[in-house]
Order: sequence, then structure tokens, then C-alpha cells
Amino acid sequence: MAPPAARMMTLRAADLACIRGGRLVYEGLSFEVASGEALVLVGPNGAGKSSLLRQIAGLVERAAGDLTLEGGKEDTPVGEQAHYLGHLDALKPAFSVEETLRFWAAFLDGPGGGALDVLPALDAVRLGDLADLSVAYLSAGQRKRLALARLLVAPRPLWLLDEPSVALDKASTAILAELMEAHMALGGLIVAATHLELGLKRQLTLDLSPRRQVA
Amino acid sequence: MLTASQRLQAFANPTRFMALSGRLVAPLGVLTAAVMAVGLYFALFASPPDYQQGETVRIMYIHVPSAWLSLFVYSVMAVASGVALVFRHPIADVCAKAAAPIGAAFTFLALVTGSLWGEPMWGTWWVWDARLTSVLILFFIYLGYMALRATIDDPHAATRPAAVLALVGFVNVPIIHYSVNWWNTLHQPASVFRIDGPTVASSMLVPLMTLAVGFTLFFVVMLLVRMRAEVLRRRVRAMSLRRAEG
Amino acid sequence: MGRAIAALIARDLRLAVRAGGGGGMAVFFFLITVSVVAVGVGPNLSLLAQIAPGILWVALLLSSLLTLERLFQADLEDGTLDLLAMGPLPLEAIAAAKAFSHWLTTGLPLLVAAPLLGLLLNLPVNVFPPLILSMAIGTPALSFLGAIGAALTVGVRRGGLLASLLVVPFYVPVLIFGVGAADEAISGAPPGVMLQALSLLGAVTLASLVIGPVAAAAGLRAALK
Repeated sequence: MAPPAARMMTLRAADLACIRGGRLVYEGLSFEVASGEALVLVGPNGAGKSSLLRQIAGLVERAAGDLTLEGGKEDTPVGEQAHYLGHLDALKPAFSVEETLRFWAAFLDGPGGGALDVLPALDAVRLGDLADLSVAYLSAGQRKRLALARLLVAPRPLWLLDEPSVALDKASTAILAELMEAHMALGGLIVAATHLELGLKRQLTLDLSPRRQVA
Repeated sequence: MLTASQRLQAFANPTRFMALSGRLVAPLGVLTAAVMAVGLYFALFASPPDYQQGETVRIMYIHVPSAWLSLFVYSVMAVASGVALVFRHPIADVCAKAAAPIGAAFTFLALVTGSLWGEPMWGTWWVWDARLTSVLILFFIYLGYMALRATIDDPHAATRPAAVLALVGFVNVPIIHYSVNWWNTLHQPASVFRIDGPTVASSMLVPLMTLAVGFTLFFVVMLLVRMRAEVLRRRVRAMSLRRAEG
Repeated sequence: MGRAIAALIARDLRLAVRAGGGGGMAVFFFLITVSVVAVGVGPNLSLLAQIAPGILWVALLLSSLLTLERLFQADLEDGTLDLLAMGPLPLEAIAAAKAFSHWLTTGLPLLVAAPLLGLLLNLPVNVFPPLILSMAIGTPALSFLGAIGAALTVGVRRGGLLASLLVVPFYVPVLIFGVGAADEAISGAPPGVMLQALSLLGAVTLASLVIGPVAAAAGLRAALK
């Protein structure tokens, strides 16, 4: 896998605020993640982990604050330089495993290249043997791995992962950790929300617990 | 745990069906071709043109058997659906599913030949004659059944809804036919044209009956072929599910 | 960008063919609506011939509405829309691509079925060309205007019914100019009048090709945020 970007990048959030359904989820949130780093979001349910990820992806409006990817493409929104792996896996039962990935490769592949081809990407998530199988027959863990393979077929420096290890067994979690390490080693950035230990060698942590309300 | 009879229904039955039907398809196919050839020879060459309708009367030899088959196939489908619903017999379900497109095809053939026949007779491609209208509605019921089947992915989940629809349709077809007759006579007191009745000459009856037998045989062969394909499709599905697990 | 649009259209076409619903269901509905109207009106062929263009256009319009609900909803429900929105295409292009796929899988089959249904209604021979031409010009508008309703109701339960209610008023000009062209042929008007109706219909379609994707994208944006 060629590096998504040779230069250093920094995702910088300053004073982010999020309002969902009239409720203030968080405000005054600032952090930085640089190339080769993983930021793990922790906090109880409702603390805004998913909202923050969707906000970075451009899928949730920013009530206040700034979000920039320094060193990235200037005229492109942060969301278009990011992969988002959410709770919904965007898989169509009418397609085969390989077709699913071919679509995303064709749809997402911007200029720059450097991504894996479809079949090596399937091998990387240990789905190579099931390439011709219909998505309808996959188990929850296999679906998650297929969704993960999407991140490998189009080069994007920033990975936004929402509970990526849910539904994965021990072996698959190890694959996930391996892929995340590889992405960071090549200068990628990761922001992940999780309850479970991902098994990364080093990670930054951002606690979203609403402490102020406790005091 | 499954009971012994459940196991039998799930596995032994389709296997026996596949063995038996595999031996039947080829000889039945040959027989069908022979009967159809004889019937078509009589219909196209060895029977006289009608003194009123001329050569167009020959459309009847396709039209009438198709119309009969459209009802016959539906009856087969309804009986199979009943068996599938009451006894949970997997082959009956496969039979009902496999019969529907064949029945729809015969119904469509009956409609198209009726329309082709009507053009020289009535000077228009279609009249809302009671008979044509009933057949058209039967066609809709077939299409609805097929659409329902196509919408539900899991064949086992589709069994019951499809069977209920087929049976409701079976009860409704006579009611529809009666209502359409009533509707049509309300608008058109004089019936335009009747194709059946005792006036059919025996020179026409021979090809008609031969072709009716040929069409029925053809249906049986097609049904067996389609049922075999459906059994295999379900096996492929089961194997795919196992592959994903293993 | 062209590659992404092509991939999206190819995907939608494949989904429509595989899922088996879509166009086939719309044609079936078209057929059954025309038949039911004929049964309701009665089998008087000269009367049916008179009102055939109107029946055909209304039935076509309803059939097209029927398939709108799933245009964006399936993709919203399984998270695909999130990922599409993060892709290289603006939402306007996504909406346009999906509306175009909708026309290919629904409008085009309906257009092909229409002459056959014309036979059922004893449509006069000389009315076939203007009627089919009017449908060829007008059906893209049904898909592109329909996309607006589908996008505005994408997150709503029972959104299909609501989408129909929202969209039908916008269909009225299409219906008027579409039926108008065929009616002129029935009443034996000179071709000039017919051409006028057709060119007005073309103008409506062109406008909808612009308004549809822009408004649909705005609706989708609201549903995503």
C-alpha cells in the first residue's frame, strides 16, 4: 500500500460545538491528531462520540468551531478526505462481495491512486475466498470486515471509525488493529470511538464525559 | 430437535423428486414434441379453413388450448399451494412457484392470440369482451403472485403468503368471471361472438384436442424442468449460507 | 467525476434489475390501472378511444409515483447515502444520477408498455406517434420532479404517500401538455398546434432537469444533517 500522502497532515479541531435535537451535546472541544496518530474517543453513551465523528465527516453540522486538515487538499472538505465506518454498513444484499467493493472503488477513487485493488483488499480482511458470494449470506462479522475493506480500495488519509470492533471476534479484531497500524505507519490519521480495547501500540485518548455536569 | 418426519420432508423428499423427475424429463419431452408435431400438422395443413373466417380460424388451435391451460395451471398451482400450506410439503411449494410463470405465459399467449384473432373479426385489436377481460384479470393474479414471490428472498418465508394468495385467487376467479360477465352484458346486451359450443366441426375438433393434449404435456415437462431448477437453486442457497459460516 | 457518476448509475440499474421490483412493478401497475379504468368506464370502444390519451397519461403518472418512495430511502436506511455524500460528487449530481436511473428503470419501461396499452383502449392509429412522443419527452420530468418529493420525505415513515401528495401538483403541467399533444391529434388539429404542446412539454422537462436535482439535493442535505 503506497502512502495516502507523503507529507505530514494534522487534523485540528478548535472550539467545536454540537447541538442535536435542540440539546447541547458538547462545546469548546479542541484537539489535534497528526499523521501516524490515532485518537480514541471515550465516554459514556450520549457523550457525543458518534456525533463528533459524523461532524468531522461533514454529516452533522458544526454549531460552532473550526475543523481543518492541515497538509491536506485545500479546496476539498475534510469529509471528502476521510473514510467513515459507522454502525450502518451500506451493504446491498443484491450484490456479491466483490461487486460491492468494485462499486466503492470506482465511486470513491479520486486522483492520486495508491489504494489496494479489490481482490487484495478482500484478502486483507480475510474475505478473499468469499468474493463471489452474495452479501445476503454474510454474517455480522463478515459484513463488518467487508465494510472495512472499503477503506482500503480508495486512498483517504483520515479514517473515522465508530465502534469498529463491534461484531468482530478476536481474530478479526487483530486484523482491524493490523490494518489501523499499517494506515498510521503510512502517515494516515485515525479518529475512533470505542468501548473495547483495540490493541493499538500507541494511541491518544479524548474523554468526552460531561464532567461539568457532575460538578 | 427436528422430528423424523420433518427431516424427511426437508431432505429425502427433494432427493427422491430429483431422481424421479430426472428420469422422466427426456422421454416426456420426446412425447410432447411428437404430439405437438401431429397436432400442428392437423391444425395448419390437414384441416379446412373456416367458411366464414377463412385461414384466421387456425389461431383458434393455439388460442383455445392456451386459454384452457391458463385455468388448468392455476388449478395445479392452487392445489399445490393448499398442500404446501396444510402439509408443509416442500415439493408442493416448489411446484406452485414453478407453475406460476408457465401459467402466466399461457395466459399471455391466450390474450395475444385472442387479440390477433379479434383484429380481423372485430376490426380492432382488443374488445372488452367478458372472456378476454376475465383472462386479463387472471393474468394480473398470476403477475401479482410472481411479484410476491420475487419480493421475498427467503423461499421458506415466501411459502405461506404465496400459498394464501394463490388460494384466495382460486376462490375469486369464478366470482371475477361472473362479475365481468354481468358487467359486460350490462353494457352490451348482444354477445359478439362465441368460440365454443357444439357447433365446432369434427375436422377442427381433432387438431384442437391433439394440441390441448400437447400443450398439457408441454406444461408438465416445463413444470418438471422448472421445479428441478428451483430445487437446485434452493440447494445452492443453502450451500452459500454454509459457505459463509464455514 | 465521470467515473463516479457512471459507477453510481450502473449500480442503481443493477440493483433495479436484481431486486426485481422497480420497473417491472411499475409496468404491472400501469397495466392494471388502465384495465381498471376501462372496467369502470365500460367497454364502449369509441368512448375509450376518446379518453385514451388522458387515461394513459394519468396511469403512467401514477405508476411512476409508485416507485418514487425507494429512490433515496433504501440508501438512507443502510447508510449508503452517508458515504455517497462523502464522495467526490456533489449531492446535486448524485440526485441527478439517481433520477436518471429511475427514468431508465421506470420511465423507459412505461414508455415501451404504453403503445400496447393504447391497443387495449382502441387508441386511433394516428394518435400513437404524438402520444408516445409526448411520453418520451415528458417522462424524464416525472423522474426528476419526483426526486424532489422522494428527497423531502426520505426520512419520513410512510414517506411514499406523502411524496405522492407533494409531487402531483408539479406533475400537472406535464399532464396538460402531454395529453394536449395527443388530443390535438384526435381532434384532427393541424400539426402546428401539436408541436406547440410538445415544445411546451419539452420546456417543462428541461426546467425539471435543473430544478429537480437542486431541490432534491437540498432535501437530502436536510435529511443527512
